[in-house]
Amino acid sequence: MELKTKVNAEEGKHDLVITREFDLPLELLFKAFSEPELIEQWMGTKVLRFEGKKFGGWQFETSDPKGNVVFKADGVIHEFSTNKRIVRTFEMAGVPFGVQLEVGEFEAITDETSRLNMHVIFESVAQRDEQLKLPFKQGINWAHNRLEEIVSKLK
Amino acid sequence: MNLRRDVFQAIADPTRRAILLLVASQSLTAGAIAANFDTARPTVSKHLQILTECELLQQQQSGREIHYHINAKKMKEVADFIEPFRQMWDERFNKLENLMKNYKPQK
Repeated sequence: MELKTKVNAEEGKHDLVITREFDLPLELLFKAFSEPELIEQWMGTKVLRFEGKKFGGWQFETSDPKGNVVFKADGVIHEFSTNKRIVRTFEMAGVPFGVQLEVGEFEAITDETSRLNMHVIFESVAQRDEQLKLPFKQGINWAHNRLEEIVSKLK
Repeated sequence: MNLRRDVFQAIADPTRRAILLLVASQSLTAGAIAANFDTARPTVSKHLQILTECELLQQQQSGREIHYHINAKKMKEVADFIEPFRQMWDERFNKLENLMKNYKPQK
């Protein structure tokens, strides 16, 4: 199966590009990035604040079922051009990845399909590489949590 | 290339990740590994087979028993690789696509 989402991260560089083609008209794709209720659903996080405009701010927070905050991120919006571009900063709390600049470009391919090109610029190569490894570490953490659940059942 | 994809399928499963974590600290027999799970023994065997085929686990004959231990080299290769990051975004974007395909304006 053809991979729909591509990530290009060249070695030794402090940026990466995420590209994805959607079976959605451009307007619907952009809408998914501009309405808090929609962002919440596909990002799987709570949107505490989202102001889709220049100088606007945003804040995401995710809690586990016990109510502990497991993910917290925020930033400001530098450019918000409907159906074209969103430029924003992104900073995750509690991790040493620094702040990132994200340039999201939206374009129509046909009336029914569209493309997102997200350029993410990090402060350093090391910070970018740490961020790339994060999902794997999380996977291991989830496995660990599951193991703890299993072990606690045995007691 | 197929093998590489299989590796990520292997670690995508929570039980298999739990097995890797168990074996990470010490080599264990299939029976000892299975004893840690509620799952049926044949299911655990299947997981072990997949992990071995992907070279994440290695078998070692020790007398009459077979011990499983982790292949650190392969694990490192996986950890360094970009694929889990790509998959994370792919899953998010799949969700977005499904969500918006069913989207009806509220007003």
